[in-house]
Amino acid sequence: MKILHRVAVALFATLLSFGVSTSASADKTKVGFIYIGPPGDHGWTYAHDQARLEIEKELGDQVQTTFVEGVPEGPDAERAIAKLAQTGHKLIFTTSFGYMEPTLKAAKRFPDVKFEHATGYKRADNVATYSARFYEGRYVQGVIAGKVSKSGVIGYIASFPIPEVVRGINAFMLGAHTQNPNIKVKVVWVFSWYDPGKEADAAKVLMDQGADIITQHTDSTAALQAAADRGIHAFGQASDMIQFAPKTQLTAIIDAWGPYYVARTKALLDGSWKSQDTWDGMGAGMVVMAPFTNMPSDVAALAQKTYDDLRTGKLHAFSGPINDQSGKQVVAAGAVADDGMLAGMNFYIEGIDGELPK
Amino acid sequence: MLRLEPRASHSVLAAWLSPLVALVMTVITGTVIFIAMGKDPAATLYIYFLQPLVSASGLSEVAVKAGPLVLIATGLSFGFRAGVWNIGAEGQYILGAIVGGGLAVFFHDSTNALLLPSMLALGIVGGMIWAAIPALLKTRFNANEILVSLMLVYIAELLLVYLVHGPWRNPQGWGFPGTRTFPDAAVLPVFFAQHRLHWGLILALATPFLAWFLVAKTRFGFRVRLFGSAPLAARHAGVRSTRMIWMTLLIGGGLAGLAGVIEASGTIGQLMPNISPGYGFTAIIVAFLGRLHPLGILLAGVVIAVTYIGGENAQIVAGLPKAVTGLFQGVILFYLLAFDLVTRYRLVFRRERGPEHA
Repeated sequence: MKILHRVAVALFATLLSFGVSTSASADKTKVGFIYIGPPGDHGWTYAHDQARLEIEKELGDQVQTTFVEGVPEGPDAERAIAKLAQTGHKLIFTTSFGYMEPTLKAAKRFPDVKFEHATGYKRADNVATYSARFYEGRYVQGVIAGKVSKSGVIGYIASFPIPEVVRGINAFMLGAHTQNPNIKVKVVWVFSWYDPGKEADAAKVLMDQGADIITQHTDSTAALQAAADRGIHAFGQASDMIQFAPKTQLTAIIDAWGPYYVARTKALLDGSWKSQDTWDGMGAGMVVMAPFTNMPSDVAALAQKTYDDLRTGKLHAFSGPINDQSGKQVVAAGAVADDGMLAGMNFYIEGIDGELPK
Repeated sequence: MLRLEPRASHSVLAAWLSPLVALVMTVITGTVIFIAMGKDPAATLYIYFLQPLVSASGLSEVAVKAGPLVLIATGLSFGFRAGVWNIGAEGQYILGAIVGGGLAVFFHDSTNALLLPSMLALGIVGGMIWAAIPALLKTRFNANEILVSLMLVYIAELLLVYLVHGPWRNPQGWGFPGTRTFPDAAVLPVFFAQHRLHWGLILALATPFLAWFLVAKTRFGFRVRLFGSAPLAARHAGVRSTRMIWMTLLIGGGLAGLAGVIEASGTIGQLMPNISPGYGFTAIIVAFLGRLHPLGILLAGVVIAVTYIGGENAQIVAGLPKAVTGLFQGVILFYLLAFDLVTRYRLVFRRERGPEHA
């Protein structure tokens, strides 16, 4: 009866309360997030959400955070971004590449709000961009795969043929080549960032084609779990996924956005926020490797050394000589690829089979 | 056995009451869900249904979302009335965006005032070409238009992906997918600088009135209705089925193509891999929710738009997870369609007296 009563009261209130608006907790600065997937993907979005929680933990007395999950890249994104701006959010992180134009358009309409766009390349006075050098992690994974793989075939599940993803494939190959010059990387494009069903199917296809290690540039744990079902090895993506495949995961690239998010929120609070481009890697702690597991100790030691060398700057993932697929030299011996080449990378390096989807 | 039988007589009162009953049931269910989630049901329902309609920015966003849905659904309603099942409006929408938007890609530094009208016209042509394929195959080879139009959606999607990754890719875009942003002369102007409402949406939302005139007041409209409800009688009356299939598919394709180019020009401002959050498919729901009546479609489009935007607002303002907002949208659709069904059909319990299984 009590519930019925509450329902009736609520219904009545609904009919009367057209003027109601929710009051946010007073005086706290609001920081908003736009997510491409659900925070429960345990990958890309999960990593951003962990960083959001770090802001709450460090600055919770001054800051309140909000997120909108599952926002499609496209015409809907601008509305969600603008809605955050309208509801008093002063700093808005848009955490997928496809939010670039919508973020810029919303930023034009809300010049007093600051925006942070992940992995894009267009900035404005109130739009900063940031990304991480994930390719350094891919290189470490390549080194491990080159050493561990028995069949010499690696299955790579790729999302979209954009420079970010192509760079990852190339870095992986460069790392693998250092251990096994005959290694093959087979790439399947799923044209989605988050689609557990497709990711698992792609993993199965690759394993059927002889791949005995799976790696992926997609956001869910599905590929890792599919590899676990067949008893082969795989890598985690964006966060440590060891709990989903304790006997399968070799390591994982962890996206550690937390320090950056906290620093940018602090900058907003003390008025020093400026539009800028940030591209940090292992050196700055934005890319972290999960523990090296399920591999012989000599491989783990080699992986750790590679990790340390990349972190200290002793080693660059794209060190010459590097040839593209046609055999043309793109990085000379003794040189390293500059950021311009890395940022716009749209070619496979020598040794990768297949063609980039155009 | 439970069976559905058409009611002998249609009650006008019931037809009007059914959406209202559905609304009341939605409010009751919503109240229960929101109380269970620990939210204030009155405030949450307000955020859901009324907040999108009480501010200029909210109304503008409703128009942005409803515009393409209404335009596509209006076009589809002709075919659905005539029993021609065009399921591929999504592909026709994409082709409209490609053919119309392609003009802006080629004349990316044009200031010619004729650019925009030419794009809109080409958008219609693009949609029509894509719809002409199932029309041709249906009338020539009696190929099922449901399958043909649906499969052409995937071809259209891949064609768009190919173009924005390949030949039409922005040369200044660092290799990222997407064309150049359209020049000002190729962008449908907005009404107010701070809102997204643009002229294309006015055109889209006015189309149902035009369609209503066509259906209710012209001989063509009469033939469409006749063809759908009594094909044999229609044939006796001299309505040629070939012509009817062509006409309804071309209207559906043309309007879907127009919606595509309007979206690309007015709302997005470029071509990119994701130009539709499934408008072509959602429009099928809108068409039937509006009972294939042009003005009903206008209303249904607004309802669907409000539930989308309300769901997003509920995430931002009330902190509801997307799973719940999606569930609630399902509840609304369920009640609307269920009550619509029981006003036109009745449930009959009957023992099956079929032959014994041999």
